[in-house]
Amino acid sequence: MKKKNLAALLMAGAMSLSLLAGCSSNGDQTSNPPASDAGTQESQATETDNQGGGTDVVTIKVGGIGPTTGDAAQYGTATQWGAEIAVDEINAQNGPIRLELQYEDDTNSADTAVSAYNSLKDWAKDAPLVIYGCTTTAPCVAVSTETFADRYFQLTPSASSPEVTNGKDNVFQMCFTDPGQGTAAAEYLKSSGLGTKIGVIYNNGDPYSTGIAEAFIAHAKELGLEVAATSTYPEDTTTDYTVQLNACKDAGADLVFLPIYYTPASLILAQAKQMDYAPIFFGGDGMDGMLDMDGFDKSLAEGLLLMTPFNASGTDERTKKFVETYQTGHGILPNQFAADGYDCMYAIYEACCQIDGIADMDHEQLCDALSALFTGGDFSVDGLTGSAMKWLTTGEVSKAPVVVKVEGGVYVTQ
Amino acid sequence: MSFLNNVITGISLGSIYAIIALGYTMVYGIAKMLNFAHGDIIMVGAYMCFFAMGSFNLPPAAGVLLAVVVCTVLGIVIERLAYKPLRSAPSLAVLITAIGVSYLLQNGAQILWGAATKTFTPIVSTAPEARLVLVPGQLSISYVAILSIVCCIVVMIALTLFTGQTKMGKAMRACSEDKGAAQLMGIDVNTTISVTFAIGSALAAIAGVLMCSAYPVLSPTTGSLPGIRAFTAAVFGGIGSIPGALLGGILLGVIETFAKTISTELSDAVVFAVLIIVLLVRPAGLLGKYVPEKV
Amino acid sequence: MKKKLNKNSLNGFINYGIVIAAFIIIQIFIGKGMLSNSLQSLLVPACCYIVMAVSLNLTVGILGELSLGHAGFMSLGAFSGITASILLQNSIPMAPMRLAVSMAAGAAAGALGGVIVGVPVLRLQGDYLAIVTLAFGQIIKNIIMVLYVGVDENGFHIAASSERFDLAAGGTAIIKGPMGAVGVSKLASFTAGFVLILITLLVVQNLVNSRSGRAIMALRDNRIAAESVGINTTKYKLMAFVTSAALAGAAGALFGLNYSSTVASKFDFNTSILVLVFVVLGGLGSIRGSIIAAALLYVLPELLRSFDIAEYRMLIYAIVLILVMLATNNEQFTALMGRVGGWFKAVGGWFKAAGARVVGWLKSLGRTQSKGKGGTTNG
Repeated sequence: MKKKNLAALLMAGAMSLSLLAGCSSNGDQTSNPPASDAGTQESQATETDNQGGGTDVVTIKVGGIGPTTGDAAQYGTATQWGAEIAVDEINAQNGPIRLELQYEDDTNSADTAVSAYNSLKDWAKDAPLVIYGCTTTAPCVAVSTETFADRYFQLTPSASSPEVTNGKDNVFQMCFTDPGQGTAAAEYLKSSGLGTKIGVIYNNGDPYSTGIAEAFIAHAKELGLEVAATSTYPEDTTTDYTVQLNACKDAGADLVFLPIYYTPASLILAQAKQMDYAPIFFGGDGMDGMLDMDGFDKSLAEGLLLMTPFNASGTDERTKKFVETYQTGHGILPNQFAADGYDCMYAIYEACCQIDGIADMDHEQLCDALSALFTGGDFSVDGLTGSAMKWLTTGEVSKAPVVVKVEGGVYVTQ
Repeated sequence: MSFLNNVITGISLGSIYAIIALGYTMVYGIAKMLNFAHGDIIMVGAYMCFFAMGSFNLPPAAGVLLAVVVCTVLGIVIERLAYKPLRSAPSLAVLITAIGVSYLLQNGAQILWGAATKTFTPIVSTAPEARLVLVPGQLSISYVAILSIVCCIVVMIALTLFTGQTKMGKAMRACSEDKGAAQLMGIDVNTTISVTFAIGSALAAIAGVLMCSAYPVLSPTTGSLPGIRAFTAAVFGGIGSIPGALLGGILLGVIETFAKTISTELSDAVVFAVLIIVLLVRPAGLLGKYVPEKV
Repeated sequence: MKKKLNKNSLNGFINYGIVIAAFIIIQIFIGKGMLSNSLQSLLVPACCYIVMAVSLNLTVGILGELSLGHAGFMSLGAFSGITASILLQNSIPMAPMRLAVSMAAGAAAGALGGVIVGVPVLRLQGDYLAIVTLAFGQIIKNIIMVLYVGVDENGFHIAASSERFDLAAGGTAIIKGPMGAVGVSKLASFTAGFVLILITLLVVQNLVNSRSGRAIMALRDNRIAAESVGINTTKYKLMAFVTSAALAGAAGALFGLNYSSTVASKFDFNTSILVLVFVVLGGLGSIRGSIIAAALLYVLPELLRSFDIAEYRMLIYAIVLILVMLATNNEQFTALMGRVGGWFKAVGGWFKAAGARVVGWLKSLGRTQSKGKGGTTNG
């Protein structure tokens, strides 16, 4: 019997290998995103240029980490796809730096993220590597400790807890920190005078949501705002929020702060409407993406306020081009995760362009040079999520939070 | 009034759990296996209805029908390919296979339909006016909740009649008592099990559509949590028992809703603590039969 | 005194041999720099999962009770291990010593959890026990998620919300609700994992081969018969269950101390199921099977990374899982494999026969040659 089990295990190995052999032949197609026509032509042009003897071109390897399967897959794939568009654009520019992006799945779990990070180290071998990620907070904290010890520069698009950068000089964020966002939300409410009684509903199983909510409640009290009701739910997958909404309704809250992601928020809006409860809803940047959900009734979000750095219906050329490329490639509209990912690539690219002698650097020197540049005070990047973005020595980004209101299905800046 | 409101919310949530749990319990009763892929069939059903209504602009009834047909076929195919070859294998082997099928469905759905959450178009209106007012301004039931409860009752009655009156239903009961003896009496055990899977999967499709109508978000992992909850409900009521699944589902929905009013943070812990206590008092579930072992 | 080496203890020794050999080979590979970073980072978690699988096998394979909440004990062990390691930071400066004490603390927490769950619950059977262990796993996850634990000059603080959690300045927060434990100093090492596996094997194999182990297996095979000969059901069930939980706690502590941050949601239903998959694939009751299955299957999804199949990775994992279950448990399939095996045997037999004939022929040739030479040395 034991022999049979062993044989079965061996067979499993053999089967998986044969499966892999079958897949790897067409694997190349899956790894490359469908680029727009113009992009392909340009990149072909670059290749010929390279052959012509462009010895000055330096390729920087960028290792991306985020969940592309499982519960949080939608956030991971967004940061992946946003970054891929930026890399295609950058490489088509014929600049002195090329980026090569490899994206690994971390299934939103810290241990898998660390092994993903290690397999990226294997992928880069001795070439300079920059880590882009992780998408979610918990894996990012685990990985940032590793990159700090190993000296790799790390830029995360969306892991927003201060724990991510805490005590690490090599880790930087593209998104607002959670406490920063909570404080900004409270200040906005104070200055705009919206809402006399405030209700808060947040996900107490999620560090992002809890981080914003706690900072918001603390700062609101300092500012003299009345937080009438605080209600939580334990998991992202909980579907019924009528109890939480009733708690806010019974407390007479005329404004409900929702520092949560758009999926549960869309349910809360629908259920509030069903129970005829119509306070002002106010959300954080996780709320961005709701209007683009397949099949979402935009009238539900009418009047919703949210703080988002990115507006997919923005009219500037760069946003328009990004949204168009993203939509042709993936069939959905990009959200702030994708835009943050796009901006990360440009931040890495523009920083690398400013470093002298980058061609001879190893990852450690590159890490020190990039960290020094990011914290130097002179370096700033224009992106989709903000212009002239700078970084503090803590690794936190400094960009102005923008509050938008949903009117007629689009964002209107307040 | 908020008490009654919570009762109504709990019962409508519980009705959906109950429909899923009925599928679980039937399959368990006959095939003696925990079909962990059941929750993912709910997800497939909901996607089918979503695409029928969203992409092809079919009426809701056609969407539901399509979901039921696809899930029924899917259930039979899964049973034939993955579970039937393991009929004589230990129950744990079948359990692991079911988990494999569950991973397969989730990841397949993600590759086919993307990871992004979709908003489901409810099959009945969810507007604030679309509700039955019991006490003006204070107590009312939405049409979706009424539909869930009615569906649950109809399914329950139909299943009771089916297992009690029809030839196939009697065959099912015979199979769940003793497969070997049933076969000797001329019952086609394989067909009976296939039919059970077909019915269970059809119920999952209905539950999927109802659940996504009441809580209109849809993603490849939509089915996993309700799947576990329904499994809990089935055990709670006494696994293998059809009225038990109904009772377990509805009680679980009500307990879950009231647990949130006690502590939203620990609602999960409260739900499961109640479950443990009930099982300690009644080790075979609320309506389960305690079968003493023959020596 | 002549020591009798029976089949069971021989089997046990082979298991130690496999583990030690694997450890030495891997160490040689590391020494020569032949092991990639990603494989090296998998060593410690693989050790943890091996211990998890062996300990769950004690409950599922040897005691014969289905448990769906094994990750709950791992969670208890992980968080108490982390807490212990931070509390003892100053009193035990030596890292390996602190790791050992933390793992012991994890094991103690796991065992305590095992007693709390086991005493009332082991009266239940089969799928009812399964659902209660599942429920227990969920409760643990839910509670740790709202727990705030810290230490400052006033001592040890535990609170259920951040508002009530007032740590004096300079204090260290150990567990921060949904954020989990952060800022953990990584103490775990592959050697520690290896030692833990050896201890696990020692505990489990000695238990199985002892009088108590035979009583436990008797309960699995026929509870009524076992009871009728006076075996104390509760005692032996609890013994197996608590041992299993304690080992899971130790594995959890090692796992928690291998990463700088750990969240409670890591130890959910899916993790319990993952370990159960290892146990069933390795073969119920087979300790060696658990070790091999856990090692291979934990590494498999990571190995799939090296192929360019990103989004199909988990899909392939699922298909492999189903196919392996079908291959090992379907009669037709095993019969087919048996036939292939028989065919190999036949071919082997033919080769053996042919070889023997060739040897015989060579021998006879040699004989004739030596005969030809003189023929005196025949014999």
